[in-house]
Formats: sequence, structure tokens, C-alpha cells
Amino acid sequence: MSSLETRPAPDRPLIQIEDLWHTYMVGTPFERVALRGLSLEVRSGEVVGIIGQTGSGKSTVLQYLNGLLRPTRGRVRVGEHDLGRRGADVQAVRQMVGVVFQDPEDQVFEPLVGDDVAYGPRQLGLPFEEIRARVRWAMDAVGLPFEEFKDRYTFTLSGGELRKAALAGVLALRPRVLVLDEPTSGLDPRSRAELWERIRDLRTRDGLTLVLVSHDMDEVARQSDRIYVLHDGAVVAEGTPREVFRESARLEALGLALPEVTRVCQGLRALGLPVPAGVLTVEEAGDILAALLEARP
Amino acid sequence: MTGRGAVIVCDRVEFSYAPHRDGAPPVLRGISLSIRPGEHVAIIGPNGSGKSTLARHLNALLQPTSGTVRVGGMDTRDPTHTRAIRQTVGMVFQHPESQMVATIVEEDVAFGPENLGVPHAELRRRVRDALEVVGMWDARERPPHLLSAGERQRVAIAGVLAMEPACVILDEATSMLDPRGRNEVMRIVAELRRRGTAVVSITHLMSEAAAAARVVVLSDGAVLMDGAPGAVFARADALREIGLDLPPVTELARRLGRAVGGIPTDILTVDGLVAALAARVAASR
Repeated sequence: MSSLETRPAPDRPLIQIEDLWHTYMVGTPFERVALRGLSLEVRSGEVVGIIGQTGSGKSTVLQYLNGLLRPTRGRVRVGEHDLGRRGADVQAVRQMVGVVFQDPEDQVFEPLVGDDVAYGPRQLGLPFEEIRARVRWAMDAVGLPFEEFKDRYTFTLSGGELRKAALAGVLALRPRVLVLDEPTSGLDPRSRAELWERIRDLRTRDGLTLVLVSHDMDEVARQSDRIYVLHDGAVVAEGTPREVFRESARLEALGLALPEVTRVCQGLRALGLPVPAGVLTVEEAGDILAALLEARP
Repeated sequence: MTGRGAVIVCDRVEFSYAPHRDGAPPVLRGISLSIRPGEHVAIIGPNGSGKSTLARHLNALLQPTSGTVRVGGMDTRDPTHTRAIRQTVGMVFQHPESQMVATIVEEDVAFGPENLGVPHAELRRRVRDALEVVGMWDARERPPHLLSAGERQRVAIAGVLAMEPACVILDEATSMLDPRGRNEVMRIVAELRRRGTAVVSITHLMSEAAAAARVVVLSDGAVLMDGAPGAVFARADALREIGLDLPPVTELARRLGRAVGGIPTDILTVDGLVAALAARVAASR
């Protein structure tokens, strides 16, 4: 599969979902509609955040992004592949979109780190040298230097290292889009910051496109270029983090928390102080509020 | 360390997964602490600091290599006490699925006390009471696997509460929950404290730890700090050195304090910072 064949025209989004519907357990008493006409798109090179309460449809959408589910009502296009069409090349889509599911370390099963990262490329039937090159690249990219870590036992890795190994296993398939579901849950603050540094590097160096699903609003606000807010199986808001988090009352009504510093600014605005809406980071809030306090006579 | 009136007393607890093998590093290195009735203690620490290993010592899932853990006075190394210890200290894990045993919610919650031989009327009272505390009584006839992650976690907590424990341990129990699910668990924790049940929460979320009455910081298998959240989060540099961080609101308060002065450094909540900033603005008018 050459990547030229899957490269879309520059003006088209890389991934496009239109009016997608999904119902679980059709025809049983437990029938539940998970997606109700959801539409979203992912453009090449951007970081798209997806937020929403548990049950809003996030996990279902993820399963469409790499062809684990096939649309029966609505349209899902990934690159040149229309997943609703019979005979669509699902294999090619899975190579193009790598999904790192929640707690990926639960799926680390080879005794040696290098073998675990090599598992995916081996399944693709690639030649030995190519597999080795990919594993080396992927391990170096996530910050587990190949020579140092390839022969380590997976059970000796720390939580943060295991998460990186699992990420490397997906990267070794050389996807163009990386989908991350709760990538840093269970990691301590330093491991979280390190992992994000690696992911940002991959994006700038290798032009990776990212889709991020997280309950951590601070993380989504900080990392995303654009955010979709899902509720009850549909998109209820879309925009830059600033645009989305400016609608604080609406997000809270949907059961989503605002980043802490956004709430501080919100509280000050409610008291009539001149603080802008949609402030997202500690750094930004620090500058704005320091200026406010100093401006007072 | 005195253990008078405490639910759990750890005295110089050391633990190694392979104590007889040379070079196997100990996971816990002399931990002493006690948990008092009705107390809410958060345990934080970097990955690999021994938090979950310590939690598993508190209800006899693991026994110390040396030192002692006593639960209600009972030594966890004595297997004849194991059953009584697990009734006293209940544990809720990150993935509630691993604790679900029955096909409907009510039966799942009844499973523990039923095995203890709790009489029928008492059993019904306990199940109802536990499901009401977690706000899942109306869902009592639903199959657990069709609940959301947050609802399943609440059912898992109810299953522990039905044992009427003196202490509940939440081992990263909120890490997979959305903000609403997390708030719901925080509400349950507040209700348990009101009833006099101690809660130990193990968490990676600094904001969640800030809501506890006491924070214990583990580093490399030892207690690095043990105190009120305000005092613990005032030591930002020591926390950062071991890979932890401050809650964003505390970090913002410190920045502002450095930039313009007159902001207390022990601020832990959004409301607290808003009030402090409003007071600062009013004072300079």
C-alpha cells in the first residue's frame, strides 16, 4: 500500500464523518442509540480534541475512525476510503489510523519490550530489516531508547514506561493519524508532561495528525487546535479551545468541568472584574491577573 | 507512632516482592502511619512510589516483609483475621468490572454481606442503604455491564459499603471517570466522612488530593510528607523534584503572589482563589 494512494487532495479533510448514526443491541430491550447524526472532520496535521460525558458517544466514534465499526447509516471517509462501501480497504485504514486505547499497557504481552513493539509490524509481514528500523524509530520517538530498552523485560517497566511502550507499538505501524484515548490517565504529572513532549515532537517532526479523547479538561485545552463537544451522540459545540471553553455555563450544564484557571477567571468576571472569558492556562491567567492587580491604584 | 483509636496502624512497614532474592529492591521502606476513624486521607506519589502496594497492605491483600499492619488491632499477617480485616477495610479499584460478580446491580451489592451470612432482613437494609448512598437505588434491577463507567464505579463502592466497613480505600477509583462521575464519587466520600467512615484515596490528581483533610506523599517507598494539603502543597519544589505538581489553582496563586504579592500561598480551591483575589482588589481600591 503506497501512501500516495491514500493521500487526499489538500483541500479535503483527512477524515470526514457525516450524519453518522449507531445503535447498540438493536431489537433487544437494551437497545441504545449511541450516535445520532454525528458529523466531524479531522484535517491533516491538526490536533482535534473530543470531549463529552461518559456515554456521549466518544468511544463509539473512535471505533469508526479505524474501521472497527462500519457505517450502516451515515458516511465515514478516511483518506480515500469510504468505509460504508462494501469492499472498502479496512486494512489500509487501520494502517493509516493508529488507535491507542485506554490502558494500552494491558495489551503489552510479549516478555521483551522490543518484541512487543515489533508485534504489529510483524503482523504486517514486513521484511526483518524494515521491522527493526520501525521498532528502533518508534522506541526512540517515545523516549525508550532502542538499544537500552529492546531487551528489557516488560514487567520491569514503570507505569509511564509501559504506556510509552504501548504507544511505540502503535507508532511502529507508521500511522498518519494517531488517536489517543485518555493517554495520560494513571500517570504522574512528570510522566504526563514527558509523554506530551514526545507526542508534540512527533507532530512537528513527522507531521502526525492527532485525535485526543480525554476527561482532563486542562489537557484538552492545552493540547488541542480544535475541540468537538459531544452530547447524547451528536456534536453540540465545535471550535478552538478558547471558543469552546468560553461557553462555560453551557459546558457545565453538559456535565463537563472547565479547566481550574478558567473557573477562577469566570468567578472574577461574575464579581464584575474585567477578566476575559476563555482563559485556559496557568501562564496566561497569571499574566492577565497580575496586570489586573497591578493596574489598581 | 501511637495507634490509639486508629482504624489502621502501619508500623515500620517494609515490603519486597522477592525478599529472598538479592538485588530485588524493596517497594516499601519503613512506612509508619495511622488512619483514624472518619478521616479522609489522600495518598499521592509518582508512578512506582509504592502507593498501590501500600494500599494492598491496608486490607491484607499483601503482608509486610517486616514491620506490622494492624487493622482494628488485628495483625494482617495472621490469616485467621483476614476475613474480619476485609470486612473492616473495603477496597475499590480503578476498574470496577474486576469486582462485579452478579448479573443485576442489587445482587452484586448483596454478594459480600450474603457470604458473611448476614440475615435476610438486615441484608436488604444494607443493600438499600448502600445503593442510596451512591445514588443507584433506582438502577438496582439493571445489569451492571449496561451501566456507564461512573455508574459501575458507584455500584462497586456500594458493594464495599454493604460490608459496613470502618474504612474504604479508593485505589485510583476516579481515574477513568468523567468530571461528573468524579464529582459524584467526591460527594459519596463527603457522605462517608459524615457517617464516620474513614476514606483513603490514592490519586494522581493533585486537585483531588487537595480536597482531602490530610495528604500523605510517598516517594521511593517512604513517607516524604504527611500533613494538611495546604502545608504539603506549599512545598512546591520538593514535590516537583519527585515528579509531582501543584493543583493548577495553587500554582496560579503562587505565581500571582510572586508577581504582585499579598496572595496567600496555601490556596487549594477555585473559590478560595477567587475570594483572595477579590479581597486583594478591594483592599487596593
